[in-house]
Amino acid sequence: MATFSTNEFKAGMKIMLDNEPCNILENEFVKPGKGQAFSRVRIRKLISGKVLEKTFKSGESVEAADVLETELDYLYNDGEFWHFMDQKTYEQTAADAKAMGGKEKWLVENSTCTVMLWNGTPIVINPPNFVELEITETDPGLKGDTAGTGGKPATLTTGAVVRVPLFVQIGEVIKVDTRSEEYVSRVQK
Amino acid sequence: MWQPNASITALRQRAAIVKTIRCFFENRAVLEVETPNLSQATVTDQHLASFATEFVGPGFAQGQTLYLQTSPEYAMKRLLAQGSGCIYQIGKAFRNEESGRFHNPEFTLLEWYRVGFDHFKLMDEVDELLQLVLETRKADRYSYQSAFMTHVGIDPLDTNVEALQQALVEHGMGDIAQIESCEDTLMQLLFSQLVEPNIGQQVPCFIYHFPASQAALAKIHGQDNRVAERFEVYFKGIELANGFHELTDAQEQLARFERDNVKRLADSKAANSIDRHLIDALNHGMPDCAGVALGIDRLIMLALAVDSIDQVLSFAIERA
Repeated sequence: MATFSTNEFKAGMKIMLDNEPCNILENEFVKPGKGQAFSRVRIRKLISGKVLEKTFKSGESVEAADVLETELDYLYNDGEFWHFMDQKTYEQTAADAKAMGGKEKWLVENSTCTVMLWNGTPIVINPPNFVELEITETDPGLKGDTAGTGGKPATLTTGAVVRVPLFVQIGEVIKVDTRSEEYVSRVQK
Repeated sequence: MWQPNASITALRQRAAIVKTIRCFFENRAVLEVETPNLSQATVTDQHLASFATEFVGPGFAQGQTLYLQTSPEYAMKRLLAQGSGCIYQIGKAFRNEESGRFHNPEFTLLEWYRVGFDHFKLMDEVDELLQLVLETRKADRYSYQSAFMTHVGIDPLDTNVEALQQALVEHGMGDIAQIESCEDTLMQLLFSQLVEPNIGQQVPCFIYHFPASQAALAKIHGQDNRVAERFEVYFKGIELANGFHELTDAQEQLARFERDNVKRLADSKAANSIDRHLIDALNHGMPDCAGVALGIDRLIMLALAVDSIDQVLSFAIERA
């Protein structure tokens, strides 16, 4: 079992806490002049996403988490799992709904996603920052109204719903930022 | 990585502050001294780790272990015992295992001793120096007991391990409460996380009369043996200085060193040999005095309003 001592702690390091892999966000060395030294650490639990603070005594060791980030191409969904493939090894990996965490609505076939693997199993999927998707449904609204006050909801081919300006119509392809889940622009076909 | 951490502008400001400090003591007829960085003995503090090196040379054919000083305290006390009168020193101190936003393993300490002062009179003088360097107003002053009761809600002089652990749990530090059962460590953790961030934000804050179990080298209070005549200074979340109405009793000092070593052993650390020169000096007789050590790098951090010690060091440890 690999371990890290508090002296090795730094932002980005992956450790195990309460049987869950965690990412160290910040590490601060705390030591009163005459007292015991501690590491005050801000941690993000990678599966639940919860951020918490944790205090370790200096010199303590914690179990390292076998976490790896890799680029995988999205293949297809079989109804239960989402399947990805490593372009170099052609090895396939399946992610469950928990790992997808709602990000499946941004998946376009053959798009390259960043996948976090824990002990070889996907736990976090990040689709590309920008995706281009076609609008399948939106209120036609008034033609020529380009004021764009507030916009309107539009449903995309993947089922995702984003707010778009009033002038955007069914059949058009738009660019969306998957991190903020916001419309960016129209895409020329 | 060859370039300095601090800007040249910051180093000019640093030099100006050090000059101001020297003038401050010159005006008060306090003598500047230098004592060895390398010493044959080191401290017995449970939570201090010193660097050691080996001297081999004429007269020391078999080699002699020398320790880099964690503070110049013992040597300066030997000068006091010899009749130096009031003295100060600006010099390097070295502490292993310490590195962070407020720590560099090699740092600069200002340490001074005032013969005939008690801790209250020395607090006045520390405040005057801070007002001069940091342009602050008169500092706040609270006893350890009152500050702890205000911010933690527990009387630190009438508590126990379970109550302190419970307080940690209530403030989201239950993880450490589970594995820590040393009363002083629990108290220090609560103090650093709940008291320090809430005192000395506008003006520096003196905290005095620490629990007797954290006396270090301070006298126990004459009227209340639950507390020691020790103080610390905090400003904007930074622990800036630690001072004592100095213990002058050689037997009591020796007993404390021996108790320290018992704690080190219990902590799986090696016991350190006791500095006999200090004990001999105290036996000879050290005048009644108060002394304080102030972190110069942290003082400069505050003066320059920077948030990392690296920004006031020419070369921090990663670039040393």
